Amino acid sequence: MNELEERLTAEETFAGDAGWEVLRSGLLERADREELIDLAYERHETPFGRLLVVAGDGGIVRIALDAEREEEVLDVLASRISPRIGLVGRDSLAAARHQLDRYFEGELTEFDLTLDWRLSRGFRRQVLHETAAIPYGSTASYAQMAARAGSPRAVRAAGSALATNPLPIVVPCHRVLRSDGRVGAYLGGTSMKEALLAMERDRSPV
Amino acid sequence: MKENESKTPGPPPFELALEDHGPRVHSWLVTRVGPDRADDVFQETMLSALKAWNRVEVGSVRAWLFAIARNRAVDDDRRFGRRPAPEGEIDSWPSAEVTERFEDPVWDRVRELPDKQRTAVTLRFRGDLTHREIGAVMETSEAAARRNVFEGLKRLRERIDDE
Repeated sequence: MNELEERLTAEETFAGDAGWEVLRSGLLERADREELIDLAYERHETPFGRLLVVAGDGGIVRIALDAEREEEVLDVLASRISPRIGLVGRDSLAAARHQLDRYFEGELTEFDLTLDWRLSRGFRRQVLHETAAIPYGSTASYAQMAARAGSPRAVRAAGSALATNPLPIVVPCHRVLRSDGRVGAYLGGTSMKEALLAMERDRSPV
Repeated sequence: MKENESKTPGPPPFELALEDHGPRVHSWLVTRVGPDRADDVFQETMLSALKAWNRVEVGSVRAWLFAIARNRAVDDDRRFGRRPAPEGEIDSWPSAEVTERFEDPVWDRVRELPDKQRTAVTLRFRGDLTHREIGAVMETSEAAARRNVFEGLKRLRERIDDE
């Protein structure tokens, strides 16, 4: 780029990143008031890294763990639900944020949130419904989950339903273990799964 | 979330497009309608875009956003009674406010460019658009867009060298 071109490019139109952020958030809040945003999301810092929490009109539809890339998560939501996705606060997101904070502090044993299950269908959804019923501090095996969902032989399918859980933590797939007693895989990493189980064990009355 | 993942490239998530292109659209609008109106026109642009977001094609999001910005800027001209200057007179944009806000006196010279050249030059250097995208926004061919940028820069260089 020559000197003239550099001069045309040089002038800053914002006072740093803060100027853009004010403009961006003001726009998103107005867009959401005008009902032009179908999916609102927040980034939420937790002891296990940054979570994304996504809400539609029907409730919390997706929680993504730190191991998942924001761009990919949003791309999938755009093609499966709606591309009108914005980083903007809503009451449902604030409620989810408060409950997640209290859960990670060991203060909350049961989530009270409206969930939107539309990202799971059929047998997978059934498995996740059953998973949501596993009480705090207890565990079940993949085989048990397959049976509870009505297909005792579909252990692998139950495993993949849990591996693609769109609502981790709130739908506690970390409470499902292998039949041989080993912890098994977790999208957020085995160590996160172990840490969540240990926390719940310490907290729950014997 | 691998299940049923769609391969058809639909519209991108609005937030990602906003963060990718929004600052540039705003930066261009500052030169087009002035710093005092740019925030409002930017909001109008993005709200218009959101209303049609489900129909946008993935490859052309950026040019499409600038085309909307250009239309909203024309609406804003009308609302505030700004009209294109008659032949041979200095046009209303970049506004005097811009040339006051920007330190570089080159912006006084940009004001004196013919409309097409000024639009092409600012889309190129404030909007960071390709010639092809400039053509799409200005409804000209890519070659005409390239020529407008070239002629605009040439004229600016001559003016600067005269000083």
